[in-house]
Amino acid sequence: MSQHAETLIDHEMLFRKPEYTDMFENKQKNFEYKHPRDRIIEIQEWTKTREYQEKNFAREALTVNPAKACQPLGAVFAAVGFRNTLPFVHGSQGCVAYYRSHFSRHFKEPTSCVSSSMTEDAAVFGGLNNMIDGLANAYALYKPEMIAVSTTCMAEVIGDDLDGFIKNAKMKGSVPQDFDVPFAHTPAFVGSHITGYDNALRGIIQHFWEKCDARTPVPGKINFIGGFYGFTTGNLREVKRLLGIMGADYTILGDTSDIWDTPTDGEYRMYDGGTTKEEVRGAYHAEATISFQQFCTEKTLKYIESKGQEVVALNHPVGVTGTDQFLMEVSRLTGKAIPEQLLKERGRLVDAIADSQAMLHGKKFALYGDPDLMLGLTAFLLELGAEPTTVLSTNGDDSWAAKVQALFDASPFGKNCKVYPKKDMWHLRSLLFTEPVDYLIGNTHGKYLERDCGVPLIRLGFPIFDRHHYHRFPIWGYEGGLRVLVMILDEMFERLDQSTIITAKTDISYDIVR
Amino acid sequence: MSLTLEEAKVRNKELIDEVLGAYPEKAGKRRAKHLNIHEEGKSDCGVKSNIKSLPGVMTIRGCAYAGSKGVVWGPIKDMIHISHGPVGCGQYSWATRRNYYIGTTGIDTFGTMQFTSDFQEKDIVFGGDKKLEKLLDEVEALFPLNKGISIQSECPIGLIGDDIEAVSKKKSKELGGKTIVPVRCEGFRGVSQSLGHHIANDMIRDWVFDKTDPAKNAFEPSPYDVAIIGDYNIGGDAWSSRILLEEMGLRVIAQWSGDGTIAEIENTPKAKLNVLHCYRSMNYISRHMEEKYGIPWVEYNFFGPSKIEASLREIASHFDDKIKEGAERVIAKYKPMVEAVIERFKPRLEGKKVMLYVGGLRPRHVIGAYEDLGMEVVGTGYEFAHNDDYQRTTDYIKDSTLVYDDVTGYEFEKFVEKIQPDLVGSGIKEKYIFQKMGVPFRQMHSWDYSGPYHGYDGFAVFARDMDMAINSPVWGLTRAPWLK
Repeated sequence: MSQHAETLIDHEMLFRKPEYTDMFENKQKNFEYKHPRDRIIEIQEWTKTREYQEKNFAREALTVNPAKACQPLGAVFAAVGFRNTLPFVHGSQGCVAYYRSHFSRHFKEPTSCVSSSMTEDAAVFGGLNNMIDGLANAYALYKPEMIAVSTTCMAEVIGDDLDGFIKNAKMKGSVPQDFDVPFAHTPAFVGSHITGYDNALRGIIQHFWEKCDARTPVPGKINFIGGFYGFTTGNLREVKRLLGIMGADYTILGDTSDIWDTPTDGEYRMYDGGTTKEEVRGAYHAEATISFQQFCTEKTLKYIESKGQEVVALNHPVGVTGTDQFLMEVSRLTGKAIPEQLLKERGRLVDAIADSQAMLHGKKFALYGDPDLMLGLTAFLLELGAEPTTVLSTNGDDSWAAKVQALFDASPFGKNCKVYPKKDMWHLRSLLFTEPVDYLIGNTHGKYLERDCGVPLIRLGFPIFDRHHYHRFPIWGYEGGLRVLVMILDEMFERLDQSTIITAKTDISYDIVR
Repeated sequence: MSLTLEEAKVRNKELIDEVLGAYPEKAGKRRAKHLNIHEEGKSDCGVKSNIKSLPGVMTIRGCAYAGSKGVVWGPIKDMIHISHGPVGCGQYSWATRRNYYIGTTGIDTFGTMQFTSDFQEKDIVFGGDKKLEKLLDEVEALFPLNKGISIQSECPIGLIGDDIEAVSKKKSKELGGKTIVPVRCEGFRGVSQSLGHHIANDMIRDWVFDKTDPAKNAFEPSPYDVAIIGDYNIGGDAWSSRILLEEMGLRVIAQWSGDGTIAEIENTPKAKLNVLHCYRSMNYISRHMEEKYGIPWVEYNFFGPSKIEASLREIASHFDDKIKEGAERVIAKYKPMVEAVIERFKPRLEGKKVMLYVGGLRPRHVIGAYEDLGMEVVGTGYEFAHNDDYQRTTDYIKDSTLVYDDVTGYEFEKFVEKIQPDLVGSGIKEKYIFQKMGVPFRQMHSWDYSGPYHGYDGFAVFARDMDMAINSPVWGLTRAPWLK
């Protein structure tokens, strides 16, 4: 008997008890018809070889452990950044259950989103009735100020026309004629979640701006777009703090800083924070828009530019140089000088890097994830004197790879570094065996690589399911840079301690001062 | 606030009327059929079920793909399950269900991996069959120890007219009769996960049972051979169940499908009895095995000592005295531990009220476990039940229990707000809503990353977890003291 009332054990220890391990052995031996142990080890070792890597990289049809999701996920992310806005995804309902679960597992927060619940009859006749009833029901029950519509692949394959459907639903009285229902087609078989973010954000902005009168630019006024990223809560709050210190007149387009960080105080807030419609309309008259993530906002920026604004596309700046660039752009666009306070914050980050540079110098990193995040982290690692030898993205294309290569080329630490566009985490597994690194940066799924390849994982990607609260802290700005630095250092020191902890054997180096 | 049965019925009736009043008329009429107050003595719960969800209401349900790939097929550990279509479905369902298994992942087992054909626009336009063929070759080249492949269709497959059956047949032949199973579980089929379970069951029948040479795996039968059907080994549930069956003298020849292998599935028609936990997701294959191979099946419930005890005896009743004595021995062996667990936790949980909303079998099956701890379930409902589930539920629930089928986000929130239970047991999408309202919560799909909850060892964890949730000091902090 494995359990005792007073010393209850969890699955972690329960299944190591002999009653269970004997049972497992028995099951394997008698019923599983497993491959012989030698054969398993032989194949396991083979997967570590260059020969295997070549086969692995020759894949054309199969994707294994990708680091990307599909468009509508990004559309939902964009929608919840607007005040009292309900995301509505037109298509099969299971998709919406998945997006809501995915975000809740990452943020440990609820995510509201409805589906038009299309089934087989809608596949044959189209989903117009689902749109008509869906808008009416969502409007009556959840009292949104805006419903932002996107699509699943089902609706896209059968060719449902959102514009026509929404107009039709309004005619039928599902929602008032003047009720705001921006929309975007977000086919899952094109691009990834960042494409969906881009499409949906453009859809919302366009919905309001097309109705605006002539643009009357407000001197020094700017817009800011953060893009899809899992640490959005902490990051956007940090950006607001920085822009506040700068004294900038700004609007965040898609402000997700509050919706995924609501208090536990007895009240459930289905909506919280977010950009208001007035702010979106006002943003039309800004002089410029800064996007923190170029690859998340390509179409959105193009649209904004077409309206006469200057657009500045950054690549997820992290660290000293990145934040410098961001603040200098803000200063240039707003005409405000960068205040002393930020100079001090900058100095503190440089101070921290100087204190720890010996730990970082020449350490090799592999990193994978969304294209802009990869650019930001690559730049930061290079300025730390580390070597991002393997930089991989499933949803980064050749133009992204060229930008990463340019970063490598501009630094002596980039000499032995390689970029891998359109590759997945099974490709990365091969690379970690053939081109070993000291540390891995990625999302929760990277823990399987940590296990298989023995490379410690630093969690800075999306999603992060198996650590709590990271999203509450920024990695943007000088303070955010400090957080990334400490996360990396913590992993390094922890690793060093773990490797020197055996009494009378390795503990010579188990130092108290490091 | 303790209501009499009659008061509770009146309150629940008012509550149902109130939530229905929030809908547009047509939707309110349709939702009315899914909400009811249970009357003692009725043969079902008086709700309609397995009907399309209303658009736009925030249903908690998933889809057929989730039922097939996520539930039935996904846990079969030595096969590779391809999420066939765009990248998302496989990504969101990647390893989140915690179907525990033992094996070298990526080499001879593949449970916590995400294999997808990652459809692009050209695959939609020109069809994906050629890509699928190539993909199957690549799987064989890179994962040579896989024991079979299933193709889990996402929405586009059925819409663009791909012939995945033809591809499967062709490649299986080329690969010397390899098990390759095409599954038509596109997400738009049916009204929930449920049809996905059914389709998945049928595909095991057609593409595994009917194609397997009975002599394939050398197998020495015994009179005590049973198969565990419908346990997905979430947090190790099937293991803490299997151990009891083996201790009573039975030989478990297969686990469906948690920690299961294709060989176990293939050998199941050699069982003497199928023991079925999740009726909803695997009754189909159990009935088929009864019809075709004459294997009887028996439902059991391994949540909480009362139900475990009854189930062990029920299972034993299908065998000889040796097994019957074995069941009594097992019950006696665990009794002191279970009594100590109840003694420790019951005083802290007695009289606490619970509302549930889950899938499969849990909205009824776990009620006994709560009652063993002195708790009371005052509301329950299913995501994807059929009428036979609601019939079975009447054996568990009390007069005046609020029953809600395919509950909407709006309804569930209102129900909990008014009833103010001491605990809500539901899923990840619901968890944080209720916690923010100050209501303790446990995820009853994933066991909130804990478990096992099945069997005696699992009951100890269950009791501890419910105590932790309800009696956490955090619930005393939700109101700032100066706001009194």
